[in-house]
Amino acid sequence: MIAPIALAALAVLLAWPVPVLLARSRWPSRSPAAALVLWQAIAIAGGFSMIGALLTFGLAPFGPDPLTATVTLLMGEVDRIESWNALALCGAALLTGHLLLNLVLTVVRSERQRRRHEQLVRLLSSPLESGARLLDSPAPVAYCLPGALNTITVVSAGLIDLLDDSEMQAVIEHEKAHVTQRHDVVLVLFRAWQASLPWFPIAFRAQREVGMLVEMLADDAARRSVPDGVLARAIVLVGAGQDRPAVEPAAVEWGGEASITELSARLSRLERAPLPRPLESLVVVAAVALLAVPTVLLAVPVVAALL
Amino acid sequence: MLSMATLGELERSIMELLWATDESLSAYDLQEALADRKLASTTILTVLSRLENKGFVMRSRDARPHQYRSAATREEHMADLMHEVLGGASDRTAVLERFVGQVSPEEAETLRRLLGS
Repeated sequence: MIAPIALAALAVLLAWPVPVLLARSRWPSRSPAAALVLWQAIAIAGGFSMIGALLTFGLAPFGPDPLTATVTLLMGEVDRIESWNALALCGAALLTGHLLLNLVLTVVRSERQRRRHEQLVRLLSSPLESGARLLDSPAPVAYCLPGALNTITVVSAGLIDLLDDSEMQAVIEHEKAHVTQRHDVVLVLFRAWQASLPWFPIAFRAQREVGMLVEMLADDAARRSVPDGVLARAIVLVGAGQDRPAVEPAAVEWGGEASITELSARLSRLERAPLPRPLESLVVVAAVALLAVPTVLLAVPVVAALL
Repeated sequence: MLSMATLGELERSIMELLWATDESLSAYDLQEALADRKLASTTILTVLSRLENKGFVMRSRDARPHQYRSAATREEHMADLMHEVLGGASDRTAVLERFVGQVSPEEAETLRRLLGS
């Protein structure tokens, strides 16, 4: 009975106290890459241990090894199962299906939305020599539209008016990093997690934190080409300019608190030293350990039975 | 055979023409307006049917030849686009990784002070 209890305990830890603590701590902005790895480990290990806890509890009466237990169960001992265990097994199956289905749905929905946006961009913008597209809107915006085959970087006329060449370079390098580092893939994973568990306040929090971390990673890429001061100016100018979206005032109904936090976090970290290498490695080791625990709990009895 | 890039630019030129007028245009009107590109009328019709499939163009079959007009104004489409970009859309992170989010003027002022510029 150790495996189901340990897995359930881990699932609870990863569903609440651990992500809350991580979202509150200040070090992630000093090492966004390591923090991003840790967030992914928490999400994956969390789902894994939730399903594993239900599965091992359901199979417990048929032996400690989940694999043999499944075979025993399927070989005609189904009528021997207690209702509690049956319930747990149904729960495990439902949860697995729910998580996978939401992942597929989120990917499909994002792709549809992306394609529609791309069609609009192609009609409303003109190509620049650099390969980016120029949107003739007075609101200063820059963003990338990541695609499997082609990625489009869009800059607006308002942005070009607002920024000088070096600031513009900072923005472009930032957007390029989103593309080359495939941040869209990381984000879609966390969006799916939030879509599957909307009653988990932490899923929303995690998505926001991860969104901020990829911005910081892209900022770090821009810092390799431009001085920190230039990047900081670009961040402030673009952030300040967007309070006047001349196109449609209703567009600014979001933002507010979250974006001021995001902006000041991105600015203040420019003055802080990155996390020392050994500490950074420690975070990655912790992430790997998180993934290893549920795997070991599930796999060890199987291996033991085989030996 | 047209390349995807040329096709895209042609779609844009045709939409610009349709947005510029309140009236419906036929493929021949468009061919004439784009005379300097020496396009075959079948090319124009291909592009128009692509635009119709995407919902940007509406076709009226009452008259011969068929008449085409834009489904919405350029401004309406631009507003839609900026709505998504600036985060008014419900799922704002869904498609874009934006450079930054928006802030209020007061917040922007604080940030400017912070930077000493």
